[in-house]
Amino acid sequence: MSNVLFDEPGPRARRRIRIATVAGAIVLLALVALAVRQFAANGQLAADRWQPYATWPMWRYLLGGLWSTVLAAVVSAALSMAAGLALALGRLSRRPWVRMPSAAYVETVRTIPVLVLVYVVLFALPRYGLDLPLFWKLVVPLTVSNASLFAEVFRAGILSIERGQSEAGLAVGLTHGQTMRLIVLPQAARRVLPSIVSQSVGLLKDTSLGFVVSYAELLYSGKVLANYNGLLIQTYIVVALVYLVVNASLSKLARTLEARQPRRRLFRA
Amino acid sequence: MSALLDHLPEFWQGLIVTLQLTAASFAGAAVMGLVIAALRVSPVPVLRGIGTAYVETLQNLPLLVLLVLAVFGLPEIGLQAGLQVTATVVIALYEGAYIAEALRSGVNAVSSGQGEAARALGLTFGQSLRHVVLPQALRTVIQPIGNIFIALTMNTSLAAAVGVVELTAAANRVNLLEAQPIPIFVGAGLAYAVIAACAGLVTGRLERRLAVVR
Repeated sequence: MSNVLFDEPGPRARRRIRIATVAGAIVLLALVALAVRQFAANGQLAADRWQPYATWPMWRYLLGGLWSTVLAAVVSAALSMAAGLALALGRLSRRPWVRMPSAAYVETVRTIPVLVLVYVVLFALPRYGLDLPLFWKLVVPLTVSNASLFAEVFRAGILSIERGQSEAGLAVGLTHGQTMRLIVLPQAARRVLPSIVSQSVGLLKDTSLGFVVSYAELLYSGKVLANYNGLLIQTYIVVALVYLVVNASLSKLARTLEARQPRRRLFRA
Repeated sequence: MSALLDHLPEFWQGLIVTLQLTAASFAGAAVMGLVIAALRVSPVPVLRGIGTAYVETLQNLPLLVLLVLAVFGLPEIGLQAGLQVTATVVIALYEGAYIAEALRSGVNAVSSGQGEAARALGLTFGQSLRHVVLPQALRTVIQPIGNIFIALTMNTSLAAAVGVVELTAAANRVNLLEAQPIPIFVGAGLAYAVIAACAGLVTGRLERRLAVVR
């Protein structure tokens, strides 16, 4: 294994690697021991504080929260992908009055925190008579902000398709719209699939803002549960583990899709 | 509009806290990112494993979950610090994972012939790192790190959800008093946009000045 930083290790380097292995393992074990000691010293390791999380009703409740999380993420992903595609096409349009507003939207929304958008939907819109149901109070701000991120993903995908493809389409007499729909978009869709999946992980993480909206997704369910049974750290650790399993699987999927992409040729034949 | 002007001190205070959070957690994230990136490119499998596990865990957890866990969970095991300090540390740890990934991809983008040439000339590990690998690696990561900085600025607003009174929380408070949401939230949004624009300007400049012409 030789790379930009190291050659194949010789005898001395192998000895150093062994020493570093032992040192690393000791530091890791020390950290774990410290954490366990801290938990034990405060009585948080007692069996009856963890026992509830081995029972079905508890999990049924948390999985219900996970279901709401997934529902919000899927609806918001579908809406923001549709909006993102429209914005990406708008930004690549030849007409300035379509191009400029799309570009302005993407550039502005990218620099506004999602929480500000959530507060606007929570506190500003009701004043103007628009009081959305709880679900949409979470989904609308997520869609508004993620649309701009998906737009950039799609735009990068469309721009990555070789010019020759659309030129060929135009040359055989297709219109601009037909070329985009029949030639460029199908290829771009395949190319951006991994980025879309990893962007969806980000969106799923954003649904934890349901905590602020008090929409009963996973984190808010965890909060309700923790306030009810008083097992604060246990509940939040379990909630974190559920997020970790779901998101790590999605990230793994994104990497698998990425690895399955055909290698781009570096040199044109 | 007057709602915004009457409460300028509150906004100013919030903006200061946001800037403090941003600066301190970015510094922390840079250090953390450097350490984790070093672990991930090291030839020692155990250290690589630790680095990978760190990045995988932190990138797949929502920041808000980490903040809630740290603010409400950690006092249960006897770890308690001020709200703003806790938020800063959590954001630094979280963004550190992203910086580590950016740095690692920067190092991997340097072609292995560069390192081999440096070693063939007899440069030591430290010398080849300092004179050959890092100057090339850091140049390619200016733009990604600038983007992480902007994302970090946006993410400091989540500290409002656990009770830190930074810009977003200040705007929300003023709105509860004045009930004039449009100028107040537009003002807060503009402040974030200005910070992001400044960051974009600086990274753009740096990149143009340091770009390697090939």
